[in-house]
Amino acid sequence: MLDLIYEMFPLALTSSVPLIITGLGGVFSERSGVVNIALDGCMQIGGFVAAALLVILDGMGVPGAIWYSILAAIIAGGVFVAIHAFASINMRADQTVSGTALNIFAGGLTITLCEIIFGHKSTTAYSLGAIFPRISIPILSDIPIIGDLFFTNNYPFTYFTYVLAIFAWFMLYKTAFGLRLRSCGEYPQASASMGIKVQRTRWIAVLISGMLSALGGAALVLTTQTYFHGGSINGLGFVAIATMIFGRWHPIGCLFTGMLFGFSQVLGYYTNSLPLLAGIPSQFFSMFPYILTIIVLVLFSGKSFGPKASGEIYDPGKR
Amino acid sequence: MTRRYSKLTISLIAVVLGILVGCLILVITGRNPVNIFIALIRSLTGFSVNNPARGINIMYPLNWLLSSVPIILTGLSVAFAYRTGMFNIGGEGQFIAGSLACATVALLVDLPPVIHPIACILAGGIAGALWAFLPGFLKAFRNINEVVICVMMNYIALYFNDWFVRSFLPIDKLTLARTVAFPETVSLGDLSFGTASQFNYGVIFAILGVIIFWFIMEKTTFGYSLRATGFNSEGSRYAGMKNRRNTVLSMMIAGAFTGVAGAIVIIGSYGYGRIFTAFDNYGFDGISVALVGGSSAGGVLAAGLLFGLMNASETQFQILGIPSEVSDNIQAAIVFFVAIQYGIKIVLDLIGKHRMNKKVKEEVA
Repeated sequence: MLDLIYEMFPLALTSSVPLIITGLGGVFSERSGVVNIALDGCMQIGGFVAAALLVILDGMGVPGAIWYSILAAIIAGGVFVAIHAFASINMRADQTVSGTALNIFAGGLTITLCEIIFGHKSTTAYSLGAIFPRISIPILSDIPIIGDLFFTNNYPFTYFTYVLAIFAWFMLYKTAFGLRLRSCGEYPQASASMGIKVQRTRWIAVLISGMLSALGGAALVLTTQTYFHGGSINGLGFVAIATMIFGRWHPIGCLFTGMLFGFSQVLGYYTNSLPLLAGIPSQFFSMFPYILTIIVLVLFSGKSFGPKASGEIYDPGKR
Repeated sequence: MTRRYSKLTISLIAVVLGILVGCLILVITGRNPVNIFIALIRSLTGFSVNNPARGINIMYPLNWLLSSVPIILTGLSVAFAYRTGMFNIGGEGQFIAGSLACATVALLVDLPPVIHPIACILAGGIAGALWAFLPGFLKAFRNINEVVICVMMNYIALYFNDWFVRSFLPIDKLTLARTVAFPETVSLGDLSFGTASQFNYGVIFAILGVIIFWFIMEKTTFGYSLRATGFNSEGSRYAGMKNRRNTVLSMMIAGAFTGVAGAIVIIGSYGYGRIFTAFDNYGFDGISVALVGGSSAGGVLAAGLLFGLMNASETQFQILGIPSEVSDNIQAAIVFFVAIQYGIKIVLDLIGKHRMNKKVKEEVA
């Protein structure tokens, strides 16, 4: 039983990485007051750019191609989400509508580009395995239980995610920038009266969210798949939104929720080997994050965990 | 101050700009954008510009109407909720719920012809309404954002359908990826006029939908109180309107429209119960249709026909060497331009002012 858990953990953490990174992106955006339902689209862009560039650069024999691919994915995510920032911050568009448009656009654009570059509806396959080795962290992996579960035999992306979540928490809750960013999501008019540039702060937050989501998409595609195709992201951007909500719009909450949701995905593969779960159809594990999010929203309702002004159009003239 | 522009003006500008974006993508990637229009003309009229000798093939316009039917219904769904101040992004889930209920009634209930498909479609509508109940209820009584609940319900529907179909419906032994074919009593008839099109009497439900939408919204007190709720929730409550009830009912009626769409698609175009592995995007298309159509019955009808044309042209795009996803890009761009109508209005104002200045200068000179 314990062996099984040790076996499941790296898998669960691997599938939680894209959720956490993207969810953190969502935290930045929503904390600044902009709903970013386009997380899914940004993940698609990131996954596509990373995969496509890796195939191309690898073909040219460029050393360290993977790092250029990831960097390009992050930049592409920023450029792509800028459309959402422009629409929702400068053009006062309905944030859900603009995000929906971007999601449709990302699906069409990535496959169109695949067809133009590679001649079919997906990228060419790149060799997996060789890209990222599984590693253990020297000292931390010696901690009993925790070391075995969290710091042994994982992809580097997993460790990076821990650091990222802590860094995001530090930035949002321990710096002046974070305080200003959060104030824009609570009461933007009050922030503006204190001399905070609401629009600029929101722009930065949305750009961060797009870049992180693209990184999340790249992490997903590069660690768990061998090529990018139309179903690569498979709505995980929406699970990331669920992760963000269940994590109470907080980076550390996001980190643990992501792990929980990743674990529930992996549990689905193991239903037959766990006597306790044998009777439960695997589809129920797939539903788990979504049902949990609804339940938690009902429990949260009436309490103020989320940013108050999230989704509201900021009109500097309104008081 | 921005002047008032009609919704139609904004929508038309958005459509033109959207098509321009599509052309731009093709030009950048080295394809011929004229092919977009050749494909659209083919789907619209059945006339082949590249090969005029072939004459007119009525199959293409029929396919255009066929692909418009479900998105007119999902467009009505999104528009109905939108008029009551809600954003129904849960169309995908309601669509799946509708097709699941439809397949269940088709396969497990014995009924005579004509009555059987109508029962299936009714079941689809009820299932769609029930699937939309929770977002409406939580919005009304717990003030929880309906967008998030709708998105979650979409994915729950996807996996629920998978489990339900595999557990309770007879599965096709050859593919293991769908149910057995529906009995012959479940049919929407044949309106193909001898062509290979699957066009069927399902179109009647789209027309009925438009009429029902228009009637409820514009001609009944219920519709009036729905619109009032959407326009000013607090004000309408003060005026004695039952806001909470309205919110739940509006969402359920919206869900019913989409559920009917799910049933019609599954009977008319598939003829068996489906195990969805991804969304069909009819629900998301409905958002585009409702936004471009300004959430009015006539607008949704027109926008539904427009986006139906885009969807129907995808095979033509492919034949002419254009990636079929270009139609998605055009659609997304159109929605985006409708979303930033504030910007469009500013530009229109600037143009208006420029003209005025010119006129004044000319008069002075």
